[in-house]
Amino acid sequence: MAEKKLRQIAIYGKGGIGKSTTTQNTVAGLASLGKKILIIGCDPKADSTRLILHAKAQSTVMDKVRELGTVEDLELEDVLKKGYGDIMCVESGGPEPGVGCAGRGVITAINFLEEEGAYTPDLDYVFYDVLGDVVCGGFAMPIRENKAQEIYIVVSGEMMAMYAANNICKGIVKYASSGSVRLAGLICNSRNTDCEAELIEALAAKLGTQMIHFVPRDNQVQRAELRRMTVIEYSPEHKQAGEYRTLAQKIQDNKNFVIPTPLEMEDLEDLLMEFGIMEAEDESIVGVVENA
Amino acid sequence: MSDLKKPAEGYSMEDTSQMLEDTLSIYTDKARAKREPHMSANDPDDSGCAIRSNRKTVPGVMSARGCAYAGAKGVVWGPIRDMVHVSHGPVGCGFYSWGTRRNLTSGTVGVDNFSPMMFTSDFQEHDIVYGGDRKLEKLCDEAHELFPLAKGISILSECPVGLIGDDINASAKQASAKLNMPVVPCNCEGFRGVSQSLGHHISNDTIRDYIIGTREFDGPESPYDIALIGDYNIGGDIWAAVKVLEEIGLNVKAQWTGDGQIEHIAATHKVKLNLIHCYRSMNYMCKVMEEKYGIPWLEFNFFGPTKIKESLRAIGECFDDTIKANVEKVIARYDAEMQAVIDEYRPRLEGKKVMVFVGGLRPRHTIGAYEDLGMEVVAAGYEFAHTDDYDRTYPEMAKGTLVFDDASEIELEKWVEHMKPDLVASGIKEKYVFQKSGIPFRQMHSWDYSGPYHAYEGFEIFARDIDMAINSPTWGLVKSPF
Repeated sequence: MAEKKLRQIAIYGKGGIGKSTTTQNTVAGLASLGKKILIIGCDPKADSTRLILHAKAQSTVMDKVRELGTVEDLELEDVLKKGYGDIMCVESGGPEPGVGCAGRGVITAINFLEEEGAYTPDLDYVFYDVLGDVVCGGFAMPIRENKAQEIYIVVSGEMMAMYAANNICKGIVKYASSGSVRLAGLICNSRNTDCEAELIEALAAKLGTQMIHFVPRDNQVQRAELRRMTVIEYSPEHKQAGEYRTLAQKIQDNKNFVIPTPLEMEDLEDLLMEFGIMEAEDESIVGVVENA
Repeated sequence: MSDLKKPAEGYSMEDTSQMLEDTLSIYTDKARAKREPHMSANDPDDSGCAIRSNRKTVPGVMSARGCAYAGAKGVVWGPIRDMVHVSHGPVGCGFYSWGTRRNLTSGTVGVDNFSPMMFTSDFQEHDIVYGGDRKLEKLCDEAHELFPLAKGISILSECPVGLIGDDINASAKQASAKLNMPVVPCNCEGFRGVSQSLGHHISNDTIRDYIIGTREFDGPESPYDIALIGDYNIGGDIWAAVKVLEEIGLNVKAQWTGDGQIEHIAATHKVKLNLIHCYRSMNYMCKVMEEKYGIPWLEFNFFGPTKIKESLRAIGECFDDTIKANVEKVIARYDAEMQAVIDEYRPRLEGKKVMVFVGGLRPRHTIGAYEDLGMEVVAAGYEFAHTDDYDRTYPEMAKGTLVFDDASEIELEKWVEHMKPDLVASGIKEKYVFQKSGIPFRQMHSWDYSGPYHAYEGFEIFARDIDMAINSPTWGLVKSPF
């Protein structure tokens, strides 16, 4: 049998868009296809693996480093946990907002995992679930050379989510030109906005990519989350579980990897206006106070 | 201002300018455009002569410069002996600056002298990720517990502290209240500025903001109270200088900062005159004390008997006839001693040429000492001087000599090759290049493991060392393999 080719995938998107939920459900779907997967949570909140591990808070790489004193004292089994579907889980961890350097935490954690051999040859996938708002170089660590080659952006039909997706594409262009990272598609995590699927399809086309799947909104996801489970584990027969399995299969079969063509702000606003998300600006009212 | 000096024999405006032209011709256009304004044949008649300085070093060559942290730790804060100075960040900055500057101290180590020790917060990965604030607070507690007699703590930021945005000012404030002593945050991250010079300035500002005016001197005030500013006691310099100042009847109430004590520095607002030796690193605080407390300040030069004599008389002018009379007595007493030194060494050093390339003061301040020995400084350059330093330099140098700023290795080599000095006086990075070329060299940042060189006591040692360097029989034994 030919050696397995490890696919490394990073999930980005605006904060609160549902990256962690989408990632864990999709990964559970891939696991149900018999794939071996490692999830690396790259967010100081450390909530990227709780649905897989049924855990409230996994002990993170940086927490253990702080406890033990140095990275060198840390063992892989201290932080690498196995969950549903034999999915391996690790969280980088990091500081509270406002202190220290969370980005460095991501760099430290990923270096540690590489050096300690967390990327075992039997793995089919590594998923990086990255903090929503990419604030410094550390959060770009997962898409540097020899790490994730595929990026999926989780987006919805809301204006700010689309702005964020476009900005992330600008970051991808920078790393794509110096390495092998490519945009693999937009995942629309529906918020039930008007013409959402068409809008994201149009945005994807402008970015030179595809909307790989439209995940409809369903409260079954929340019901599963209350039990710290993915929908796939909680209710495998539910139609929402089917949606995630479909997304998993599409990722498995995906061959559409591109260097994105991010939009200028004006083009993005034109697109939003075309779909009625944004009204045309009236320049005559800008900066004029109410009772002028 | 001394009278204009005679053009040095064998050096002319044309020749030196041609040498600079030849040197610059090795550069690309871009590098040349950057470097050209940093070097010039000296023309003291021409007020338009202006060396560009205090700019970013041109990369690609060895730079002799330090960083803002080096200026804060090594120069301004480090020599204060009764404080704990914390190198805040990873261990290297603290470790490799430990004891390298030879700023000597008195007192008992661990009791009232902490300068020979090195304190660092020794950052690890998790301190970067989670921030080092708590570690810093703990460190201050521990330092106070281990050394209860330490009179204060300075926190000297290394680069990562600035990058992760740790609020050392808040930690310092808290520690200061808790430990009831000055805890001074100094945001001197190495990446700030173009050289150690900014570190001097930042440190001066912290003395202004946290220290000055917070204490009073013990004992009664006197009209002869002065502070000695900008002497870091390299090889014991400040002890030699204080001795002479006391002999003329002045009370040196505070030493900034060589063998310094923080409570004396804090009370300096009560002195009658600030005497400043290293203008570059401490003019800022002299100006602050002048504006805020009306304390006049005077630059002086204690290198070589001629400059010492001039300086003592200028200092005497600031005081009454008692001091003026003392000055003359002291000069008369030392004149004979100094003449004996000159008589011994001058015959062997007469006519020797020197190239000086050091920090921000000595290239101009040591000229008189060489001249007392019959020598001539034919090239003077600074690592981190500013325009006001160059303005003070041109009149000290003869027409047609070389003045330069932040030189690269190739430039120095070209100039030494052409000007053929008998001695190069510079730093440790330059030392072996020239010694291996068979050119006598003195490391003039820390007096090459010797000193003091200041004041009368220092001149004798200086003369001996220069003679030893130039007239060592070693040079006759060196044979070129080529």
